[in-house]
Amino acid sequence: MEPRDYRIYEHPIIDFRRGRKITFYYDDKVVEAYEGESILAALYAIGVRIFSYTEDGRGRGVFCMIGKCSSCLSTVDGVPNTRICIEPVREGVKVYRQKGLPKIPEKYGFEEIESRFVDTDVLVIGGGPAGLQAALTLASYGLDVVLVNDHYKLGGQLVKQTHRFFGDRRFYGGIRGFSIAEKLTSEVLKHRNIHVYLQSLAYGFFRDGVVGVAVSGREKMNLLVKPRAVIVASGASERLLAFENNDLPGVMGAGAAQTLMNEYGVKPGEKALVVGSGNVGLIVSYQLLQAGVDVLSIVEILPRIGGWFVHAAKVRRYGVPILTRHTISRVMGDEKVEKAVIVEVDDKFQPIPGSEKIFDVDLVLLAIGLQPNYTLFSQAGAVMKFVPELGGLAPLRTWYLETSIENLYVAGDASGIEEATTAFIEGEIAAHSVAIKLGYGGSEAVEKRDKLLDYLWKEYRESPVVSRAKAGKLKVTVSEEEMEKIRRGEY
Amino acid sequence: MMGFKEKGVLSIEEFEETGLLPPRERLEKGPVALIECPEEIPCNICVEACPFHAITMDKVYTLPKLDFEKCIGCGVCVPQCPGLAIFVVDLSKPDKALITLPYEFLPKPEKGLKVKLLDREGRVVGEGTIVKAWQYDKTWAVTVEAPRDKWWEVRAIWIPRK
Repeated sequence: MEPRDYRIYEHPIIDFRRGRKITFYYDDKVVEAYEGESILAALYAIGVRIFSYTEDGRGRGVFCMIGKCSSCLSTVDGVPNTRICIEPVREGVKVYRQKGLPKIPEKYGFEEIESRFVDTDVLVIGGGPAGLQAALTLASYGLDVVLVNDHYKLGGQLVKQTHRFFGDRRFYGGIRGFSIAEKLTSEVLKHRNIHVYLQSLAYGFFRDGVVGVAVSGREKMNLLVKPRAVIVASGASERLLAFENNDLPGVMGAGAAQTLMNEYGVKPGEKALVVGSGNVGLIVSYQLLQAGVDVLSIVEILPRIGGWFVHAAKVRRYGVPILTRHTISRVMGDEKVEKAVIVEVDDKFQPIPGSEKIFDVDLVLLAIGLQPNYTLFSQAGAVMKFVPELGGLAPLRTWYLETSIENLYVAGDASGIEEATTAFIEGEIAAHSVAIKLGYGGSEAVEKRDKLLDYLWKEYRESPVVSRAKAGKLKVTVSEEEMEKIRRGEY
Repeated sequence: MMGFKEKGVLSIEEFEETGLLPPRERLEKGPVALIECPEEIPCNICVEACPFHAITMDKVYTLPKLDFEKCIGCGVCVPQCPGLAIFVVDLSKPDKALITLPYEFLPKPEKGLKVKLLDREGRVVGEGTIVKAWQYDKTWAVTVEAPRDKWWEVRAIWIPRK
């Protein structure tokens, strides 16, 4: 472990407001950190790059940074398999790196955990753009809302977006992502009828309309919510790409690097190669430059840049090459990434012999796409469809965003990968739909919803740059009548 | 043909096709905005940003239209464009071009600083001097003096650390 501090203290866009300095223990060594950091971010800041080992001793680095992958499972104050990327650091907490599968702890510390029943009008699962917009809209009807969020902060992936959002001002266009998160979070917290549970994971649907939520953190409990309707806005996870040594620490999702540098102010590396030229790859490359990381190249397997031209131009004019018809073939290094090898591909995406190029990098960021977090829908028994344009499995839904399970709604990336603006819009549409169904808002609510639907389908999604996502969403959207048939099993 | 979707670099011919390239006479008359937004992306922030109502749009995703006569090249739109795609060019001086561009890096720009001028691919194509710099929500709008013949090339600056 090098005695270095990888925190960013000077940034052109973000003022990092760090909490009080505290100390905790990692494998019995004292580590300094700042309140507000996650355990993993604090460790990354002092140079730790391996957060667990497989049974046979291969190191696992960071991959997702949002509590979805299993690379950072650690034992925290005796509790094994804790995701330290979303576990806030606390004074004196004892953290141990795991090797292979952990032992069952002798003392659970869970004995006193109680179940608490809560009745509410609407349960919103996920505190990202769709969930926050949904909660605020529901609250405006006077509905009682329970909002559960697995992270200890609200905002989802908005918190790590430093660019000003596109779109229309009505949906926060012109405001930087992290500022939108702050704005929506403070509005949500002002509402007395929105009950927010942080560090809370909705783990499943039960009979009689009960949803189980594991609440961790200071006040641990098994929350059993009985809502009249549920909106699942559980977001998405980054996809992994198959290549030699893709598990070497230093290979991570683009979003993980964003979380490290933009949310926690920790430099993810010194020299990076970015795989994928969609908006995520282009935006993360620009943000890396702002954080002082060299971006040696962006590689794109297709013959064209995937993302919007304006994002590409931003990195091109600072000298970042975008190599189309190229992909990564392997990474090399002793314990962590030291080199990345790329290769040119032919029209059939096959590697062209002799076209290999080697880059000296310590960071390989994968920006090859996301997949919806669909598991709650599957568990609930909703009818799902695999749609490549949407990144994977997504629930069938009506235009009003109700799934085949009555009173279960979907919004945001969980409904199929798109972007934040449509997540806000879908969150609001789902909320209006729920309110209408529960008998609130009258014709005014119907009018609001229909206006939004018109804007979404007849204007926003008419843009040619979002045509793929639109085509995907059309494949999973059905009329009320069709949904009734599906519910009766006639499909 | 390789275009901006392959290279990430806009050619002047491609820009002209969007109808957003001001005529030469207009550029020589004084500052005017170049909205380098050649794709129909769903965004209309520039429309409201313009205090002179010089920018219009039919739908949220259609290309912006700029009234070159209403535009005075004030540069208010430059740091507000989420795509950082708007520049102001002034060719009214016989010996130089004045280019206003967005800047979101460190060190901070200051009037009088000598800077490296970068082209659309990040190559250093000359040196320039900052004549004006102001900030909107952390994004700087920096006006630099550049060689007159580089008005289409120069799209970024790099400020050497002291």
